[in-house]
Amino acid sequence: MVAVRLWGSLAELADGQQTVEIEAANLRQLLDGLVRAYPALKPQLERGVSVSIDGKIYNDTWATPISEESEVVLLNRLVGG
Amino acid sequence: MPKDEYQSRDFKVVGTRPIRPDGIDKVTGKARYGADITAPGMLWGAILRSPHAHARIRGIDTSKARAIKGVKAVITRDDFTYQPEDSDMADILDNCMAGETARYDGHAVAAVAATSKSIARAALAAIEVDYEVLPHVTDVDEAMKPGAPVIESGRQQENVPKGYSENVTGRSQYGHGDPEEGFKQADLVIKRSFKTAATHQGYIEPHACLATLGSDGQGDLWVCTQGHYMVRNVCAGVLGLDAGQLRVTASEIGGGFGGKTHVWMEPTALMLARKSGKPVKLMMSRDEVFRATGPTASSSVDVKIGMTKDGKITGAAATYRLQAGAYPGGIAFLSAMCGFAPYDLENVRTEGFEVMTNRPKAAAYRAPGAPMGAYPVESVIDELCQKLDLDPLDARLKNAAREGTKSSYGPTYPAIGLEATLKAAQSHPHWTAPLGPNQGRGVACGFWFNFGGDTCVSLMVNPDGTVSLSEGNPDIGGSRASMSMMAAEELGVPLDQVRTIIADTASLGQNEVTDGSRVTFAVGLATIKAARHAVEIMKERAAMTWGIDPEAVDWRDGAAHPAGPNAGKFPPMTIKEIAAIASNTGGPIAGHHEVNAEGAGVSFATHMVDTEVDPETGAVKVLRYTVFQDAGKAVHPDYVEGQFQGGAAQGIGWAINEEYIYGDDGRLQNAGFLDYRIPVASDLPMIEPVILEIPNPGHPYGVRGVGETSIVPPLAAIANSVSRAAGVRLTSLPMSPPKVLAALKAE
Repeated sequence: MVAVRLWGSLAELADGQQTVEIEAANLRQLLDGLVRAYPALKPQLERGVSVSIDGKIYNDTWATPISEESEVVLLNRLVGG
Repeated sequence: MPKDEYQSRDFKVVGTRPIRPDGIDKVTGKARYGADITAPGMLWGAILRSPHAHARIRGIDTSKARAIKGVKAVITRDDFTYQPEDSDMADILDNCMAGETARYDGHAVAAVAATSKSIARAALAAIEVDYEVLPHVTDVDEAMKPGAPVIESGRQQENVPKGYSENVTGRSQYGHGDPEEGFKQADLVIKRSFKTAATHQGYIEPHACLATLGSDGQGDLWVCTQGHYMVRNVCAGVLGLDAGQLRVTASEIGGGFGGKTHVWMEPTALMLARKSGKPVKLMMSRDEVFRATGPTASSSVDVKIGMTKDGKITGAAATYRLQAGAYPGGIAFLSAMCGFAPYDLENVRTEGFEVMTNRPKAAAYRAPGAPMGAYPVESVIDELCQKLDLDPLDARLKNAAREGTKSSYGPTYPAIGLEATLKAAQSHPHWTAPLGPNQGRGVACGFWFNFGGDTCVSLMVNPDGTVSLSEGNPDIGGSRASMSMMAAEELGVPLDQVRTIIADTASLGQNEVTDGSRVTFAVGLATIKAARHAVEIMKERAAMTWGIDPEAVDWRDGAAHPAGPNAGKFPPMTIKEIAAIASNTGGPIAGHHEVNAEGAGVSFATHMVDTEVDPETGAVKVLRYTVFQDAGKAVHPDYVEGQFQGGAAQGIGWAINEEYIYGDDGRLQNAGFLDYRIPVASDLPMIEPVILEIPNPGHPYGVRGVGETSIVPPLAAIANSVSRAAGVRLTSLPMSPPKVLAALKAE
């Protein structure tokens, strides 16, 4: 299981849990698993998120590996100027 | 170690300061910008804009305009018969051409194409629009209140608590620990509220494009933009075209700074071209740029920070309210993520609210949201240092985030450079230089993420051994030079043997917009890998020529060499020699690389500025400015320094002079550079850039983005400097003379 930290307003939609555990070995499994476990997160996940895995930020690469020891943090989808 | 991760090396080309490849064209007027292209039979487009901040469009009569000789097309929203399903695309369409409601002063309501500019203007004047004026709101705090005029119902996200106006469309929260407990541990707690005005990116070149679109769905668009692939995808999505049938070419660009990461009028030009059957050129006036394209958001912020006597921050909290303009979206979440990011905090909480108003849709301005995130935080830290008699650099160092720090927005930092920028600031002569009467010195830190994204590069080895490199990102900060340098470095050839061009959308795969400080990182990564791909092919060709295995060939100094004595004795084959026989050894030689470049390294900066306040007029003069920023690796230091200086210069304008001024009628009062004052050369001191190089572990050369971080600290650094000079804390930007004078008198 991977521990995933949610930002505050997302945590409210995940039964108030700041950190949730998801069975996932890569980014796609993580995002799919979050929707299955916490359907209320679906609108935000469809709008887009960035995911920090061990301090590196990923947006889209589904095959990005995640280990059970990884630090995983969900972030609002980053944009730039 | 994988080859795409950082490896220390001695550079031959990277890190030098060659002449800019685009310089001669730009200074001689040969460079072709958005407005510089014409086509046979071309028509002139023009757009009619709402004079009202908020109005229902009851009807539009275009008959008189259509009857004018020389008018070839008149369009309204009714002509856009394709309705995008995607809500973002639908919003862009509505922003380009209003549907039932004009949402802000300057919102497009109709457009014409005619044989001359004067006829087009006459046609606009002949269009009759029946408006029902509606109540409006342009202030972010007013827009949040229950009962405020609602810009559009039903756009609130699920994360907004009950009780807010429907104008509040999104909310985010970040942080960890318990700030209230932290405040109890503090010796001093300060809570203040701050405001920043909406400011425009101030790019020199207004938006311009030339469009053709046939009845067969094939079209071409020449456009000034930070992302022509984005323009293609959006125009196709808005108009229901196949993306592959629309070829978009990016012109030279006269500045963007985030303002050209959006589509504001290009679908209108394409629709006019389709309806008229002719090429249509559409150029914004400066007035239109101000009224109808996105400035950055204005903000209203509450910050509370607790600190011990020895400078340790024990608790930190901030609430950010940013106006997003007339459509949902916004960047308050980035303020909430970035505000406290430079610091190692046990108790921190931030909250961001995205708020719709009757203003043009807000756009990025370099690091979007981050300057408004940093300004209130760094101001309160400075005030705490003043009241606790602490050195502001020492206090920041005491709390500085380092490798292993859990950031205020969640992730744990890898190797970062904030501490290096603070120590460089401490040891710089600027820090100890004497100050005169009415003068003050301010410092502030700033953070930005940087990112990568979809990127394609193609590298061709020409028959004479020279190299042509194609990238798909408009060059807004020297990317053609940087890519040529990285390719030359990797290939081992002289820089003048490499020329980089910006390819059109039919020539490369998808490329993300030139934003997020991504290009030197992501396109650089793809360039290095494309060069390595070409090198592998050239090694194979040399091996074939020598009759040995490719694995027995090394590449160095622009030539193939036998890897060792066992590989055989052959004289090196240069790239020129290999290219000359390419037809005999398998055909043309090219390398390419396509990647979604993830893992960009974050960036930090510390700014130091001296100002003088005139106690009689309230005018602020910037005396000295020094930027300390981590660049990872400065590929072309001239351009890096230019980014540092440009961010500081824009920050000076944002802090002291610039603001969108709205009247009670909701109309913009200062839509031009006479009344909207950006800094000119005589307003600015020499801005000294100090480049620090803490390698990004996720890039082969250690490159980090540098284009955005430099806009983050200036607002606070200048506010801190002015507040110390004036002897009173300034909490509202811009710190224009009337505001400063009022603060002095109140004191």
